[in-house]
Amino acid sequence: MLRKFYTLMSLVLIVSFALAACGSPATEVPAVVNEPASTEAPAAPATEAPASAEPVTITWWHITTKDPGLSDWQKMADDYMAAHPNVTIEITVLENEAFKTKLTTVMQSGEVPDIFQSWGGGTFNQQVEAGLLKDITAELAADSAWKDSFAPGALGVYSYAGANYGVPWDMGMVGFWYNKALFEQAGIANPPATWTEFLDAVKALKAAGITPISIGEGDKWPGMHFWNYLATRSCGQAKFEAAMARTGSFTDPCFIEAGTKLQELLALEPFQDGFLGATHDDMQAAFGNGKAAMELSGQWAPSTSAANSADQKGVGENLGLFGFPGLEGGAGDAGDVVGGGNGFAIGKDAEPEAIDFVKYLTSVENQTIIAVNGSGIPVVKGSETGLVDPNMLQVQQTFAAAQYFQLYYDQFLPPATGSVLNDSVQGLFAGTLTPEQVAQAVEDSVAAEIK
Amino acid sequence: MQQLPAASNTLESKRVSSFPDKLVIVLFLAPALILFLLFVVYPIFRSIYFSLFDWNGLGPAVDFVGFGNYKTILTDKVFIKALWNGVMIIVFSLGLQLPLALALAVLVGRDLPGRGIFRTIFFLPYVLSEVNVAIMWMLLYNPDPDRGLLNSIAVIFGAEPVGWLSNTNLVLLSVFIALTWKYFGFHMLLYLAGLQNIPLDLEEAARIDGANNFQNFFYITLPLLGGTIRTSVYMSVLGSIQQFILVWIMTKGGPVNASETLATYMYRFGFVRFELGYGSAVAIYMFVLCLIFSLIYQRLTRQPDYLTGL
Repeated sequence: MLRKFYTLMSLVLIVSFALAACGSPATEVPAVVNEPASTEAPAAPATEAPASAEPVTITWWHITTKDPGLSDWQKMADDYMAAHPNVTIEITVLENEAFKTKLTTVMQSGEVPDIFQSWGGGTFNQQVEAGLLKDITAELAADSAWKDSFAPGALGVYSYAGANYGVPWDMGMVGFWYNKALFEQAGIANPPATWTEFLDAVKALKAAGITPISIGEGDKWPGMHFWNYLATRSCGQAKFEAAMARTGSFTDPCFIEAGTKLQELLALEPFQDGFLGATHDDMQAAFGNGKAAMELSGQWAPSTSAANSADQKGVGENLGLFGFPGLEGGAGDAGDVVGGGNGFAIGKDAEPEAIDFVKYLTSVENQTIIAVNGSGIPVVKGSETGLVDPNMLQVQQTFAAAQYFQLYYDQFLPPATGSVLNDSVQGLFAGTLTPEQVAQAVEDSVAAEIK
Repeated sequence: MQQLPAASNTLESKRVSSFPDKLVIVLFLAPALILFLLFVVYPIFRSIYFSLFDWNGLGPAVDFVGFGNYKTILTDKVFIKALWNGVMIIVFSLGLQLPLALALAVLVGRDLPGRGIFRTIFFLPYVLSEVNVAIMWMLLYNPDPDRGLLNSIAVIFGAEPVGWLSNTNLVLLSVFIALTWKYFGFHMLLYLAGLQNIPLDLEEAARIDGANNFQNFFYITLPLLGGTIRTSVYMSVLGSIQQFILVWIMTKGGPVNASETLATYMYRFGFVRFELGYGSAVAIYMFVLCLIFSLIYQRLTRQPDYLTGL
């Protein structure tokens, strides 16, 4: 009986340890107190730190799961640790969706990593409001060389109510990627600069028997980009910001116009067969295989359309980029840009060393490594020289020249509203909702979310 | 385990009375009970609590709305659509999927040459994860005839490519086909196991009395399979109500909510829109639906099991 009892007790212990391990971040060690630090994170117990300065552990969650980015981040952390022996950097690498789920969970318990992946926008703002992020405005102001090195539009994505809570490390934009050969075949000499010219180009492509645009509207956000850009062109910065500040409204005629202009395009039936159920990969495949002349997509389009194409090469030399056409009579400028990118958010408990490390990560040298290895489009001035791909250089230049940079609406709006917008725009594409209903749905959601 | 060979012991020794015995019971129960309480019972009550708040998951839930979430859900057309789709999947499952599984079970339960191979083939889809099945069927359904098998076949026969997942009238059926493909093997296996329990002499006796195959099936096999069928229907209905992975991967409940299920609706609000209070309320509705169904079903089907009497 006694032996049985001990066997049972040990079983119970094993189970509880397993549970404790499940409950703690997978590659971190400190949560399981009784276990020695056995995983890759080099634990630094306070008593053993050899350095003169106070030992500090920085936790960093990122989502770069593939090389070269994965090794680049690791090397930057290793180099920093070598130069600062008192600092230990614990990196947790998570896949995108797993990261979001896990971050949500730890945030409910108030445990925030010191540095973590962020895209800015509504989710970021909610984190700020919940007091989970650290205000680094003073640190940025104290080191103006660091602050001024960022492209202002990109830095602004990680600010809320005038204060900074993070910094960008990559930024891109959405535009029309087009197949030059198919445009030539349809007799279109120059990429369209206005919405009217754009609709004419779509008609010319249809007449030539070419599918004008590929889209993955099953995923919803590819279609949202159309509405987003049309609203940006139609309303401009002022009306959008007024609507967000609740001094204006999303039922303003300019937001309804975004829908009616989109309907003008939809009436031409410019998309590939089955676009309503198509995924983003399907969209990239259709474009990459040369089955559609255009797609409205971000800076990832050249690589993902190639990866999804039959020969893995995509449209190759025929690939071109033109900005979203200007809207006649709209309040927005044709040079205004919609896009987004990646950044580092700073957790509320971050030590000064964590901010210093982020400063190191966003140095010109490290940003150039990001550019050279194609892990992103750098946001720090001087590092764009690392960009070898002419398309990426064009993205960087267009984005840097924009007077008004708008983060994708579905990212910028509160998460609930972003999802409402995506769902509603799909209704517009399917013909089940009117432009007025889309604007009203967004307005209702914003009114409920922003108080 | 000790008790088994000790059958000759006196009654007293079998009764659980001594302290160490009770301790053993507690220790054996404790792990499962703790896990059950921690991961099943506690979350349910936590969800009920959260469902009374307007809460985005960050920080404590403070915006108390009472039963507001529950009321809003019932007025949402998309929720009604999801409910209706759930009913459709149940009807299809019971009307098509289970009879198909039963027919195949009877077929491969017989002494056919190569029945082992067929059993394996039919059961194979069930071994695949739902994610694999969803992605495989998405490839088959691809609207581009150069990429999707079904549409390339359609084009060979001169038909127009079919928008399996983009046509709002067709999408639920397309998803159901994938669901059936995955799950018929599982139900077939259940029926096969049930068929093994039916004594052959019954069929033989009936045959001697002049019953044909048809009569044999409907008057002997089917009634004696009652218990298995009840289990299979039960699992099928609950599985339909909770269907999520396959639908979410293939269609995300779209286009325009045409293939929305209760689970995708819950996920959309809970983890896409981060309206966790509202999402919790949806989860509670699902929980109550499953609970009511379980209770009514068990009451309705409390029939004598013919086989246990044998």
